[in-house]
Amino acid sequence: MTNHWIDIKNADVILIMGSNAAEHHPISFKWVLKAKDAGATVIHIDPKFSRTSARSDMHVPLRSGTDIPLLGGMVRYILEKEKFNREYVAEYTNASFIVGEGYDFKNGLFSGFDPSAKKYDQKKWVFTVDENGVPKRDKTLNHPRCVFQLMKKHYQRYTPKKVSAVTGVSGENLLKVYEIYAATGAPGKAGTMMYALGWTQHTVGVQNIRLGAIVQLLLGNMGVAGGGINALRGEPNVQGSTDHCILWNTLPGYLPLPTSDQTTLEKYLRANTPQTHDPKSVNWWSNKPKYVVSLLKGWMGEAATSENGFGYGWLPKADPGVDYSVIFLLDRMYKGQIKGGFILGHNPAQSMPNSNKVRKALDKLDWLAVAEIHNSETTDFWRRPGVDPKKIQTEVFLLPSCQRGEKDGSITNSGRWLMWHAKGIEPMGRSRSMGSMVVDIFKRVRALYAKESGAFPDPILKMVWPEVYDADGVAKRINGAYTRDMTVKGKQYKKGEQVESFLFLRDDGSTSSLNWLYAGSYGSAGNLARRRDLAQTSMQARIGLFPNFSWAWPVNRRILYNRASVDPNGKPFNAAKPVIAWENDKWVGDVPDGPAPPMASPRGKYPFIMQMQGMGQLYGPGRVDGPFPEHYEPAETPVRSHPFSAQLSNPCMKGAQSDMDVLAKPGDPRFPFVLTTYGVAEQWCGGVDTRNTALLLETEPQLYVEMSPELARLRGIGNGEPVVVESARGRVEAIAMVTVRLTPFTVLGKTVHLVGMPFCFGWTTPGAGDATNRLSASVCDPNVSIPEYKACLVDVRKAQKVTELHV
Amino acid sequence: MAKALFIDTSRCIACRGCQTACKEWHGLPAVPTRQRGTHQNPPDLNPFNYKLVRFTEAKTAGKVEWLFFPDQCHHCLEPSCKGTAESFAPEAIVVDKKTGAVVYTEKTANLTAAQCKEIQQSCPYDIPRRNDKTGILTKCDMCIDRIRADLAPICVKTCGTGAMNFGERDAMLAMAHHRLGAVKVSHPKAQLVDPEDVRVIYLVTNPEPALKKQGKQAVESYSRRELLGGLVSPFRRMAG
Repeated sequence: MTNHWIDIKNADVILIMGSNAAEHHPISFKWVLKAKDAGATVIHIDPKFSRTSARSDMHVPLRSGTDIPLLGGMVRYILEKEKFNREYVAEYTNASFIVGEGYDFKNGLFSGFDPSAKKYDQKKWVFTVDENGVPKRDKTLNHPRCVFQLMKKHYQRYTPKKVSAVTGVSGENLLKVYEIYAATGAPGKAGTMMYALGWTQHTVGVQNIRLGAIVQLLLGNMGVAGGGINALRGEPNVQGSTDHCILWNTLPGYLPLPTSDQTTLEKYLRANTPQTHDPKSVNWWSNKPKYVVSLLKGWMGEAATSENGFGYGWLPKADPGVDYSVIFLLDRMYKGQIKGGFILGHNPAQSMPNSNKVRKALDKLDWLAVAEIHNSETTDFWRRPGVDPKKIQTEVFLLPSCQRGEKDGSITNSGRWLMWHAKGIEPMGRSRSMGSMVVDIFKRVRALYAKESGAFPDPILKMVWPEVYDADGVAKRINGAYTRDMTVKGKQYKKGEQVESFLFLRDDGSTSSLNWLYAGSYGSAGNLARRRDLAQTSMQARIGLFPNFSWAWPVNRRILYNRASVDPNGKPFNAAKPVIAWENDKWVGDVPDGPAPPMASPRGKYPFIMQMQGMGQLYGPGRVDGPFPEHYEPAETPVRSHPFSAQLSNPCMKGAQSDMDVLAKPGDPRFPFVLTTYGVAEQWCGGVDTRNTALLLETEPQLYVEMSPELARLRGIGNGEPVVVESARGRVEAIAMVTVRLTPFTVLGKTVHLVGMPFCFGWTTPGAGDATNRLSASVCDPNVSIPEYKACLVDVRKAQKVTELHV
Repeated sequence: MAKALFIDTSRCIACRGCQTACKEWHGLPAVPTRQRGTHQNPPDLNPFNYKLVRFTEAKTAGKVEWLFFPDQCHHCLEPSCKGTAESFAPEAIVVDKKTGAVVYTEKTANLTAAQCKEIQQSCPYDIPRRNDKTGILTKCDMCIDRIRADLAPICVKTCGTGAMNFGERDAMLAMAHHRLGAVKVSHPKAQLVDPEDVRVIYLVTNPEPALKKQGKQAVESYSRRELLGGLVSPFRRMAG
C-alpha cells in the first residue's frame, strides 16, 4: 500500500476492484465502514457479489479479465469531462513529456514488436530529451507528441459502448462509477483504490495496476490522505517477504538480482543505477551502490573488501533472459531438469496452476525437503489419490515447522508497518522455526565444506553466519551497523554501532545493512517494531497517523509520495486532511519524501522520488508489454474477438510449454464458461493450516462452485448437488452453490456465464474435495510472471459419480 | 447497572470470527458439516454452537441483497424460558443479578426432553438446544465468566468492524438508537428488534419477510409480539 489501513477512513470514495476485501482483509472494513460513516461512497467492482459487495453502496459485476476496458473508459471520461487535477498532472506527472517519434500504436500493437520473440524493442518508446538528457516538456499539455495527448488518443477508443459490450457492465452502471469516482479529482477530495489478486493474477496483471495508478495520478489521488494505490497484502506476510526478496529476481530491498553477464560489481551497478541530469529530480535509486555494498558487507562481513568487489563474485547470478519464477521452475522440474530441493511454507501441489502437472513434476525429483506445519498436498504428493506410492522414487523429508505464536519475529503489514511479535508458547513437539532450520542446515553444509571442500567454497565458508538463530539478532543485522569507527557530519560512530537510517549507508564498505529499506527500524533507540505508543500531533490526529506505533518503511513514512499532497509551494491540496505542510521553513506532519523545500523553491524537488525523472508515470516505457495499458483478453477467453483491436491476447504473454500445458481455443464450445478462482474468509490460502483447524473446517467444509440460477437451470443442476467442473487440463468435483450473487453477462451480444471456486480444498482433508488449480493454466503476465488464476474456461455438469467429496 | 449487547448487522461482514471465537472460549468441539449450497454452517444452532451467523440472500428488481445475522440468545429482560423452566426444575435457568445475563445451569440436566422442548418453544427466538447425551440445555451465557473478570464477551472482543458491542444497557440502547438514525438514511426499513425487552439488541436493515419468497432462506419478521402470539414461526424453519 502507498498508504495504510487506518488511512482508508480519510477517503471520500473507495473503489474496491480486484479484491474481496471484507473476506480476505476483514480488518480493512473497520476503516472502510468508518469512511462510510463520514459519508464516503464505497464501490465494489467484481464478477461476484461477495461479503464485500454486501457492505458497499454499489456492486458492479464485471466479466473477469476486463478491468482494463473499464478503467480505460474511466480515463476517457476523466479527460473528456476535464475532471483531472490540471496542476497536479502538469507538475507531478510525465503528462507534459514529449515522446520520441519511435512510439506508435496500431492494431493493438505498440511499435517495435518482434513477433518471433514475442518481445518489444522498448527503445522505440523513449522520450525526446534536451542536450542534458532531460525529457523535453510542454506544460500546456498541447504538444501532439506529449504524453497527455498520446494518452488521450489511446483511450479515446474506449467508448462506453465498447467498454460495456466487452465487460458485460451496463452503460448505466459504467456512467455511475465514472461520475462518482472522477469527482475525487476535485480539490480537497480523495479516492482510494483497494486491490488485490483480482488485479494481479492476469496475463495483463501489471497493466491492470498501472491503469489504476494512472487514474489516481490524473485525479491527484497519489500521496494524499485517503488516496493511493493500495495493494492489500495479507496475513501471510506477503509485504515483508517481498521486501526481503522472496521473488527470484530481486535481492533484499528490491535491488535487482545480478545476471551472469554482469561479471563485476561495477558492471552490475552501472547497469542498474539510473542517472539524471535534472537537478530537481531526487532519483533515489542513484543511491543503489550504497545499498548494494552495505548488503554485501552484511552478508560477507570482513571477507567483503573493495579489492574483491565486496564479494559480488560470490553471489548467485541469473542467466539473462531466463525466467526462474515458479511456473518455469516447475516446468523444468516436470521435464526432469531438477533433482531436488527445499520447499518452505508453500504448497505448490495445491496452490500452483495446472496442479496435475505440478504433482507429476514432483514425481520426477530424487529428493525433496518440505518445511510445513501440517502434512499437505505437497508433503504427501507421493500417496495422492490414483498414485501407487511404490512407484514414486522421490525421497521426501518433512521438517515440522512451528506456528507464529511459538516464535519471536516480525511481520510487515500491508501499510508497510514492521510489527514485532513475541513468542507466546514453546513450539510443539520437535517443531521449530524455519529460521532455525535454515541456520542449522547451512551450518552442517558449511561443516562438510570445511571438512571435504566442494564446488565454489568461498561464499559458503566466508558468509557471516550465526551459531544459533535469533530473530532479534537478524532484525539488528537487517537495520545495519558501522563496520569501522567513523566520523559522519562531525559525529563519531564506533564500529558495531547501529546506523540510524539508510541516509548513513555508504558504498565504501564502512556500513552494513541486510535491507536498506529497513535501515532505521533498529537504531540506537532499539527495535522500533516493538513500539505501541499512540502519541501524535493534532495535525497527525486529523488523518489517523500514529508515527510512534511500530515503524514503517521507509524512514517511518506513513504515506508514500506525500510531497504530491501539497502544491508546488508546500500548501496541502486538502487543508482539512493535510499529510505534510511547509511551515516556518520546515515540513510538519508525516515524514516527507525527502527534506528538500517545496518544489517551487530553487532547491525544491519533484515528488515522485523513486522515479528517475521524479514524475508519476502516466506513460510507462519500462513495462515490457507497452507504455500504456491496453485491453487483451485472458489466455483462455469466451470471445473470439474484442472491439479494441485484432490482437486478442497479450502479445508478450508468457506460459509454460509442455504436453500438459493445453489451452482451450478462444470461444471453445467444449468449455463455454469462465472460471474465476479465489480464497474464502474462513480458509487461509491453500487451506492446509485452516483445514487442520477443526472449528474453521466446520464453517467451510467442502469445495463448492458458485453459479447463477440461470446457469444451474441450463445444466439442470440443483443447489447443493455435486457437479464436475472440467477444463482443458483437469477435472474437479465440487458442490454447486446456486446463488443470485452471480449473474450471467451479456458480452458482445451473447450470454457468458461465469462460475467461481475457492482454491483452498485439497485431498489431505478427507472428503473435502481436491485442488481447484487442476483447472487453471500455467500462463502468466510478461512483466512479473504472475499466473492467470482469475480467468480460464471450463464446462460444468452434474456429477454421475463422486469420489473426491463426502456426500 | 445491568449489561447489554448491541449487534449492528449493518456493520457485519459475516467473517464468523464471533461464531468461531464463541466455540473456542467455551471449549466446544467442532461438529461435522457438509457444503449444502450455502455458507451458513453449521445449518443451525446446536448444543455445540451457541452463536451462528445466518446468511440470507435474494434478488429483488435486479438488486442483490445479502443479509448477515449473528444469531444468539437475546437475553430477555423477562425470559419466558426461565418462566417455563421454573415449575419443572428451579434454578435450572437463572438470571444473573449483576449483569442480567440469562444463564442455563447444570441443573437443566434434571429437565426431561419433553420439558426442554416446551422451554424451547416458549423462546420467542428459538434459541435453546438440548444436548441429548448429557441432557443439558444450552445457549449463549453472555460470557458471564469474562464479564465478571471485566472483559467483554468474546464475540464482541473478536469483532473487527463494530458490529458487536457491549456495555451498560443504557449506553447500548443509546448507541442502538443513534445508529438506527444513521442507517435509516440508506435503509429506510431498518429497525431495532424488541429493544425494550432484551439485553441483546439487534439492528436489522431489512426486517421484512418479503425476501422469503425469492430467497433460499427466508427473512422472518422480528416482531416479538407476533412471534409470541404464534403468528410467525421462528427461525427454525429457515435452517437447512
